[in-house]
Amino acid sequence: MRARRLRTGLKGWGGVGAMAVACALAVLFALLLPLARADGGSDGTDSGGHGVARGGQARAAEECTDPEKQTLPPAGDDGPAIDEIRGREGERRKLIVGVDQNSYHWGYRDPNSGGDAELEGFDIDLVRRIAEDILGDRNAVQFKAIPTDQRIPAIQDGRVDMVVRTMTINCDRLTDVAFSAPYFRTGQQVLAPRSSDITGYDGTLAGKEICTAAGSTALSTLQRDRADGRLAEGVDLRTTVPNQLDCLVRLQLGEVDAVVTDGALAASQAAQDPTVELKGDAFTTEYYGVAMKKDADDLVRRVNHILVQWRADEAEGWQRSYERWLSKTMGGDPAKSEPPSPPQYLREN
Amino acid sequence: MNRPPKGSAAPPPGTGVPTLPAVPPRSASVPPQRGGAPAGSPPPPPPPPTAPRRTAFAEGLDRLRAAAVTEPGRLRIIGALLAALVVAFGAVTAWQMHERSAAADDVLHRSQPLTSDAADIYRSLAEANTAASSGFLAGGQETEESRDRYEKGIRTAAEGLVTAAADSDADSPSADTITRLNRLLPEYKGLIERARTYNRQGFPVGGAYLRYANEKMQREMLPAAEDLYKTENRRLSADYDDARSYPWAAIGLGVLALAALAWAQHRNYRRTNRVLNHGMVTATATAAVVLLWLVVGHGVARSNLGDSHDHGVRSLNVLHDARIASLKARGNENLTLVARGAETKKVGDETVDAYDFDFGKNMDALGNGLARAASLADDEAGERPVTVAKGNMAEWKERHAAAREQDENGNYQQALDLVIGGEGATDECFDGVDASLATALEHEEREFAQAAGDGLDAMGYLPQGAGVLAGLGAAGALLGIGRRLSEYR
Repeated sequence: MRARRLRTGLKGWGGVGAMAVACALAVLFALLLPLARADGGSDGTDSGGHGVARGGQARAAEECTDPEKQTLPPAGDDGPAIDEIRGREGERRKLIVGVDQNSYHWGYRDPNSGGDAELEGFDIDLVRRIAEDILGDRNAVQFKAIPTDQRIPAIQDGRVDMVVRTMTINCDRLTDVAFSAPYFRTGQQVLAPRSSDITGYDGTLAGKEICTAAGSTALSTLQRDRADGRLAEGVDLRTTVPNQLDCLVRLQLGEVDAVVTDGALAASQAAQDPTVELKGDAFTTEYYGVAMKKDADDLVRRVNHILVQWRADEAEGWQRSYERWLSKTMGGDPAKSEPPSPPQYLREN
Repeated sequence: MNRPPKGSAAPPPGTGVPTLPAVPPRSASVPPQRGGAPAGSPPPPPPPPTAPRRTAFAEGLDRLRAAAVTEPGRLRIIGALLAALVVAFGAVTAWQMHERSAAADDVLHRSQPLTSDAADIYRSLAEANTAASSGFLAGGQETEESRDRYEKGIRTAAEGLVTAAADSDADSPSADTITRLNRLLPEYKGLIERARTYNRQGFPVGGAYLRYANEKMQREMLPAAEDLYKTENRRLSADYDDARSYPWAAIGLGVLALAALAWAQHRNYRRTNRVLNHGMVTATATAAVVLLWLVVGHGVARSNLGDSHDHGVRSLNVLHDARIASLKARGNENLTLVARGAETKKVGDETVDAYDFDFGKNMDALGNGLARAASLADDEAGERPVTVAKGNMAEWKERHAAAREQDENGNYQQALDLVIGGEGATDECFDGVDASLATALEHEEREFAQAAGDGLDAMGYLPQGAGVLAGLGAAGALLGIGRRLSEYR
């Protein structure tokens, strides 16, 4: 919004003035960039990330305040990325999507579904919708199960076209991949046994062992909070696992005291074990988005286009999938899970 | 060797028959004294000898000296030494051959069965894990067959651990490993049971438990079982070495006894012109028989044991390794589909599926193992199952490639059908490989038991026989000398 207003304002000053300001800004930005990168390198809070991500974090922190808005406006046109997918031949003419097979009601395989190995869940519905739109066949999908910390490398290496895997849009990740508009709202929450004295994300966590998934927003949030002194004293964050669901195993075996993960996933865990529950409210606000290659602009626009339709489709869209998969565990009213409406598309390129 | 400071225990004084060590040789005419001194070093006279000891010792010495200058005295000494030599030869032979036949008995009845048990533990654990992952792949309603296989694997492993624990010495590294495995097995089983329960309820956390159990198996249990197998294998080799080492001391003493007997008879002949002395001939004959028996018996046993090692144990090791490789490959094949690309590995610059990569490695190990097993197989009955296994393996590779292609193309269900679908799927080939290897193992076990049993039999009664014959020989020597001696009365 602000940027758009600024641009219209600039038009009034005339081309020459705008160009001079743009040049000055560019020079200033170029000068600041190395500084910002040095800052990012020294803060050392995110031990899981690599150098680029850290530099990106610092730079992104300056530029990006609302990561969920940093996406391209929707468009139904084809481009190089979509052509590449459509150009696949024969059996291989499929959309390759990185998903989770362990997130109950998001992306999972129901062992009792009668012997077939179909994955199903909220994310999977969205994947099928995208495949139907791009390839004309909702089953033209090759699912690849990927661990949490492999989501970004899998996109960057081209092992998958996109990742639809309860992936939080954040500034850090925006430097490595491109995100669609948000399709779900959630926030970090604490999960612990009902009998536990933990009451939420507060002082009661002192001295407890907390399990998180490697490469998850939960882990980076906790690490940042610890560096800022906002995390309770003596919390042990050493237990990290490939998938958030592995945390439930550790919790049940008594190896950890609590789990921190997205509220949506924590609810899925609680649904599988009635002796654990969500403790306290979500302490962050986050949005899930579809992650794609950074330069796949046409694909990003296309997915945003599909998301608009999906949200609007009352019969077979977002609403229907929510009811089918999530209403039982997250409550019948989807209001607190709905993404911002209408979404904003502030990324210029 | 501590001696009491005061002469309470004086060295035995020379009694009538000086079988005793140790007189500084006085006359050159009694060489056997020097060479054939029975064990026990001469007690050097203590520097300040007390009076009674000095007397006793000197008295014995004097009597011996006195005896050595007369012919009957010399004959007595010679007779005593000959008898001692023959008895020593018999005793050392009995002792050394007893050790060797005990080692051979260990090979046959202890270390080889234990090695097989350890291999069985290793294999059963891998089998249970593979069956568990197959059951998971099949969905909530795992087949009776995969459940049976899993249960059988766990049961065999548990039984094997009990046997292994009973046969291992406390404090040995094997005992530690067995304790660790005994602790891990119920943990593993508990995780699998939880996985099953959740699976039946339709909760994906069942899969998480399976992954956790698999990790425990791959990272802790299988390496421990492999350790145990290797330790037992080393023990088997050590027993083989013990059983096959030459009894040099016995052979040396035998040659010496024969030489001494020959010398005594020659001396006899020179002095009396008599050619044959019955006692001496008996002694010579028995010593020669014992020596011959010793050399031939041990030689035959050695060769039989060698056969049992080359055709039995080596084949068994290769076959065990191949069978374990095939089980691991099968487990990897299943996990490739369970994980669905969740585990990757960098090989050079390429990112590959970790489980599929391991599958390839284990199939190579299986191929090598089968090739070696074929070259080691020494008869038709041993070769046949290996050939069948080879055929199954080739077919397995082909079907696996087809399944991978389906999976790569995103046809997961088709890939699954090609792996666990029964007819036309890779599970048929795996079963074929496993069954043929089991047949081959049985055959080689039989060959081993046959050859090692023959080896053991070749040494049978040798210790006892050597003892009895040596007694006879010693008696003969004494009688022979006694006959000569009587001529002086």
